[in-house]
Amino acid sequence: MTELLQHLVNGVSLGAIYALIALGYTMVYGVLKLINFAHGDVFMLGAMVGWYASARWTNEARDPSIAGALAVTLLAMVVCGTVGFVIERAAYRPLRGSPRINSLITAIGVSFFLEYGGQYLFGPNPRAFGVLPHRANFIGGGISVGYVDLVTIGTSIVLMALLQRIVFHTRMGTAMRAVSWNPSVAALMGVNIDLVISFTFVLGSSLAAVAGILYASKYPSVHPLMGLMPGLKAFVAAVLGGIGNVPGAMLGGLLLGLAEQLVSGYTSSSWRDAVAFSILILILLVKPSGLLGRTDAEKV
Amino acid sequence: MTLLELSNVDVHYGAIQALKGISFKVDEGEIVTLIGANGAGKTTTLRAISGMLKPSRGSIKYRDEEVSGFKPHRLVARGLCHAPEGRGIFPNLTVRENLMLGAFLRRDQQGIEKDLERGFALFPRLKEREKQMAGTLSGGEQQMLSIARALMSSPKLILLDEPSLGLAPTLVEAIFATIQQINKQGVTVLLVEQNAHLALSIAHHGYVLETGSVVQSGKGEELLRSPDIRKAYLGE
Repeated sequence: MTELLQHLVNGVSLGAIYALIALGYTMVYGVLKLINFAHGDVFMLGAMVGWYASARWTNEARDPSIAGALAVTLLAMVVCGTVGFVIERAAYRPLRGSPRINSLITAIGVSFFLEYGGQYLFGPNPRAFGVLPHRANFIGGGISVGYVDLVTIGTSIVLMALLQRIVFHTRMGTAMRAVSWNPSVAALMGVNIDLVISFTFVLGSSLAAVAGILYASKYPSVHPLMGLMPGLKAFVAAVLGGIGNVPGAMLGGLLLGLAEQLVSGYTSSSWRDAVAFSILILILLVKPSGLLGRTDAEKV
Repeated sequence: MTLLELSNVDVHYGAIQALKGISFKVDEGEIVTLIGANGAGKTTTLRAISGMLKPSRGSIKYRDEEVSGFKPHRLVARGLCHAPEGRGIFPNLTVRENLMLGAFLRRDQQGIEKDLERGFALFPRLKEREKQMAGTLSGGEQQMLSIARALMSSPKLILLDEPSLGLAPTLVEAIFATIQQINKQGVTVLLVEQNAHLALSIAHHGYVLETGSVVQSGKGEELLRSPDIRKAYLGE
């Protein structure tokens, strides 16, 4: 029983990170119907900026503090938000209106650009990462919860609540939902589509930055290809929850994290990735619209 | 006073020319209707006016400003609102959210509230369903929502595309009575309709479109009496 609880806690922590990344995939897909395959690399960039800010430019990593961690995270969010904005502007916007495959190939190109640009600047080797102060694990009822896991879960809850508020209770959020249903009609309401799309990229990319910092703190290292696997997993999470659906991405991330943790806990961790992609195949076979995905409304 | 004037407007979909030198005008305070068969270019004309399509030639003047090629949101800001064909409501948003989206560019909270009340007064059914997802509305209610939402932008000119499509006859009459009511409140209406009889009976002016060109025009009641029109569009 305690073993199960332990796996659940670890799973929720991992799932929260997947969820933060998946939100970016799902929101961009919502407004643009584009799978932004560079999103995992924006996540990597977040972690990398975190490393530069804490280990290269300052001594934060040697003497970590909460305030320092916050400052590093904010910087990573700003940098990734800007990069997300520029990616959309420079790579995707000129292709809007052309066949979807063109944008998809471009997304893969942007992904390579970030990965190999990262290798060029940062070097291919992993580097140690740490922006959070070291604290002992919390132990209670036989379960041990890492400090990083607690921070991860707490941060994710706050960010997701905030995002839920933005998407469902602000003008910009209403515009995002309208654009995701029908961009041309949203434009007729006076919504500036370009602005909404830019906003979505900035929002998604800054969430990915936080996820990058949290992930790099959990597995304390940073390297230029670290976005590959978590990016794919988060994509699976977004599809699982129903791509384009914000609560779906949160649910999908959580379920995927739990599934991975349970499988590696009870069988072997070498099955972990297989499980994630089996889930993808299964969901595509059984319910391609995802758990909370919409099935198109009937036309009356 | 002329509110909207199109001169020699061409629109192409790829290699296909949908509008061939359309010219007409809409005076302030009028109801003007475009009638014609399927594929005559009625919807395309509205789309060109509201900025959904870019004309390949010609001029569109709205309130003495050349607006051809403007993006839709810039026209909404100038008081030109288009309620698209097939209603275009957002089924994933509540009725109230749909209405508020119509007021997206406005900042005058009091005016928005007033227009919301006006919409509910025109269509009490929407008030009852304020918090429901718009996707759960019936076809007629969705049409009401589409019109009420267009009015939320506080438009000077409203473009209505086939408001009678797929509705029961009694509902159609109610919608048309509302259109006249809106017009009396000072909103200029450009109406596209397949139901030519009904459209011409409320319109001050009408234009008949055929394969992308204006082939006839006149006062509503004149067109209604014209033998050609009666033969071609009113089934006589």
